[in-house]
Amino acid sequence: MKRRKIDLAQAPVNFAKGADDRFQGATPLRGLLNKVFPDHWSFLLGEIALFSFIVLLLSGVFLTLFFDPSMKEIAYDGSYLGLRGTEMSAAYASSLHLSFEVRGGLFMRQMHHWAALLFMASIIVHMARVFFTGAFRKPREVNWVIGILLFLLGFFAGFTGYSLPDDGLSGTGLRIASAIMLTLPVIGTWLSAAIFGGEFPGELIIGRFYIAHVLLIPGILLGLIAAHLGIVFKQKHTQWPGPMRTNENVVGERMFPRYAMKQGGFFMAVFGVIALMAGLFQINPIWLFGPYRASEVSSASQPDFYVMFMDGLVRLMPNWQIYIFNYSLPPMFWPAVVGLGALFTLPLAYPWLEARKLKDKRLHHLLERPRDNPERVGIGMMAFSFFMVATISGSNDVIADKFHISLNAMTWAGRIGLLILPPLAYYISVRICLGLQQHDRQVLAHGVETGIIKRLPNGQFIEVHQPLGPVDEHGHPVPLEYAGWVVPKKMNRVGALAPAVKGFFFPVEKPAEVPVSPAVGGPVKREEIKSGR
Amino acid sequence: MTAVHHAGEAGTPPVDVNDPHLTRFDIVKEGLRRDDIEIVTYESQFHGQNSKAEKRVVRNIALLFAISGVLTLAFIVFYIVWPWEFELGHTRSDYFTPILGLTLGFGLLALGYGILAWAKKLLPHELSIQQRHGDPSSDEERLITGQTALFVADELGVQRRPLLKGAIALGLAPVGIAIAAPIVGGLIENPHKGDLPMMYTTGFNPGNNGGELVRLTREDGSPIRPEDVTTGGQMTVFPGIPHGATNHWADSPTLLIHLRADDAAETRRNAESDKNGRNVGSMWGNFVAFSKICTHAGCPASLYEQQTNRLLCPCHQSQFLITNNAQPVFGPATRRLPMLPLTVDEEGFFVAASDFKDTVGPDFWERP
Repeated sequence: MKRRKIDLAQAPVNFAKGADDRFQGATPLRGLLNKVFPDHWSFLLGEIALFSFIVLLLSGVFLTLFFDPSMKEIAYDGSYLGLRGTEMSAAYASSLHLSFEVRGGLFMRQMHHWAALLFMASIIVHMARVFFTGAFRKPREVNWVIGILLFLLGFFAGFTGYSLPDDGLSGTGLRIASAIMLTLPVIGTWLSAAIFGGEFPGELIIGRFYIAHVLLIPGILLGLIAAHLGIVFKQKHTQWPGPMRTNENVVGERMFPRYAMKQGGFFMAVFGVIALMAGLFQINPIWLFGPYRASEVSSASQPDFYVMFMDGLVRLMPNWQIYIFNYSLPPMFWPAVVGLGALFTLPLAYPWLEARKLKDKRLHHLLERPRDNPERVGIGMMAFSFFMVATISGSNDVIADKFHISLNAMTWAGRIGLLILPPLAYYISVRICLGLQQHDRQVLAHGVETGIIKRLPNGQFIEVHQPLGPVDEHGHPVPLEYAGWVVPKKMNRVGALAPAVKGFFFPVEKPAEVPVSPAVGGPVKREEIKSGR
Repeated sequence: MTAVHHAGEAGTPPVDVNDPHLTRFDIVKEGLRRDDIEIVTYESQFHGQNSKAEKRVVRNIALLFAISGVLTLAFIVFYIVWPWEFELGHTRSDYFTPILGLTLGFGLLALGYGILAWAKKLLPHELSIQQRHGDPSSDEERLITGQTALFVADELGVQRRPLLKGAIALGLAPVGIAIAAPIVGGLIENPHKGDLPMMYTTGFNPGNNGGELVRLTREDGSPIRPEDVTTGGQMTVFPGIPHGATNHWADSPTLLIHLRADDAAETRRNAESDKNGRNVGSMWGNFVAFSKICTHAGCPASLYEQQTNRLLCPCHQSQFLITNNAQPVFGPATRRLPMLPLTVDEEGFFVAASDFKDTVGPDFWERP
């Protein structure tokens, strides 16, 4: 019998062969390794949300190992003396236990909370990027919708999450949530009774929120995130316009190794920042709030920042109650139910509304600079200023207290600001966009200002302009077409001056970087500009 | 290796990948060609192999990885050895969480920057162009798929068999409802059931105390005499029934206020001339009691401003004027705070003469 020789070098080859025999993966794998990604810093904002979500899953699993989602009243006997002997729910006691008696528990709790804030913040910034660059246009409308659903789910994940410790602050939040449900016409009392299992607060809500927070919502989030990324992968990422870039191609670098490595490094950096915040910045010190008591609340009871816009809208709403025969519609119904609904459904429909207005049915893979669609920027800034006024109003009592402003004046400022600022923001941002466009066109037509002043024989002073393109027989620049992309506006952008020395400790020894892409032309030759040229 | 490889035009002929003369990069390029990718530039960031600059970058990356290793190791060591259990006062355990954050945070940051530097400074720069191929399916394909789908519907024959159509609608609909019913049905609670419907009664209802009037008590359950509250002072009171001060009676906390004589006179005047008469006779001497639960969103309206006799709810800043039946004077609340009818029992303790006559708590649709 011949003994088989084991060739270790051949092992991976055999493994790969075997895998391909069974799953036919060679061709798709090559496609994956070769896939080209366009690169721009603003494309990484969504990644921060993804990475925060991973941190949330990891830290959240740890927290579940210690948290007891029960509202059974017990007397606290842990190591925090300030509350010893106090009657509190088992949920609050286990949150305190997690903070004081579990090694690294406070660190994990703060990491979970900071990651949640970062998750929501990066979703907002990512959405702003997508909106202002027109990345939501056909064929990406569905992904825009998924993105908004992700924000909405994140909102509810956050709310259910900060309700769980059952401290004074979270109980107040629950109380307001119940009041919001009560404002619904006809079904209000029934809805609140169904969710709380009877009268507020009941004994079930923490357990119900717990299963929603650790299973239902993250499950849906996970599915939607997978769909979100899958669609990006299938449709290929959008790219900025620029040299060589068309609506039919993707210009960038292959996913492996460089792009994937940058993603991995970025993940570690995001994770590092969250860890730093978790260790250094205190967040939600529940032991200072005490257990929830229906009779107690402190001033400065603020929700997390992504809920503050809603709280602000509720504060600003005038007390206009509608009576219909023997029934009443409380004023809170408008900001909390109709307002929240509109704030989500209008953006959901926006891609189709814009396409309908512009009669635009084409596929768009090239982004638009904000200035090239002033109308959209105006609408976006209108929404953003509305959101900001509402968010700031959500903490108007703290602002009034710290800056010694009358609280009522803050409320009135918010009410007026909510109506005045959005149209103002619309007007200003549209004008800014048009101005920026105008300046781009001006430089394309006349060239870059050199800063060199020339006196003509007739005594007139003129500034010399460096044309960006060819000149006609009189020396006047031939106007260049507006391409919707960066126009160099300073002489050192067109190679007049050597770039500043780069590098922290050592000057980098390579020559000046090639502008945008090599197609523009290799390293530029420099010569001194003399006045009077 | 400063080399600029210009891949051929899109129409370059395929190469024989089994040709032994091909380099590995040639085979990679053949793969790229098949994936409709063109490498425009692919160049090293350094002049020549092993240049000084390259060595320096490699050294820096190695240093970052080493820092990361040291810091994460420190994280583990501190996690194990540093005193971490909470103690009162200023102790070394106060620094446990910050140390974990600093070591892990900077450790991960160093690792992240190391990887980023590797990718950005060490790997060759490239510029590739891939064709999108985002074209929709051809009309022919659409037609075939559409017809196939319609054929499937034809095969079922629901269109031709109206009896089945009705059977689906009538016969199978209950199945869907049957799945939903236990999930939804189990949750439903009638908010208006019982002799003491929860939306309209509080712990001060004599029905919760075997028909006896309910005493006003402190949080610890002790009853209150009029002289326990100083003039101009106030006190949060709870119904004197078992668990009266717990969240089980979340709508019952009440604010008992001992007004100064002139304020009390004004309050009484306004209460006695109350339009719907509910507050008539509810004061006892210079004492008045209002529900603490804000009629807006249900937070305790607990900030009492003695000078102006206003109650402020810290959640949404509704303000109520005590001397005028606690009518809202600012903010989003529409309805006044309900007044608790006060009296004193034969032992000299405060009792509620009846439950609140206005509905306590946030407003809702069917409130009469």
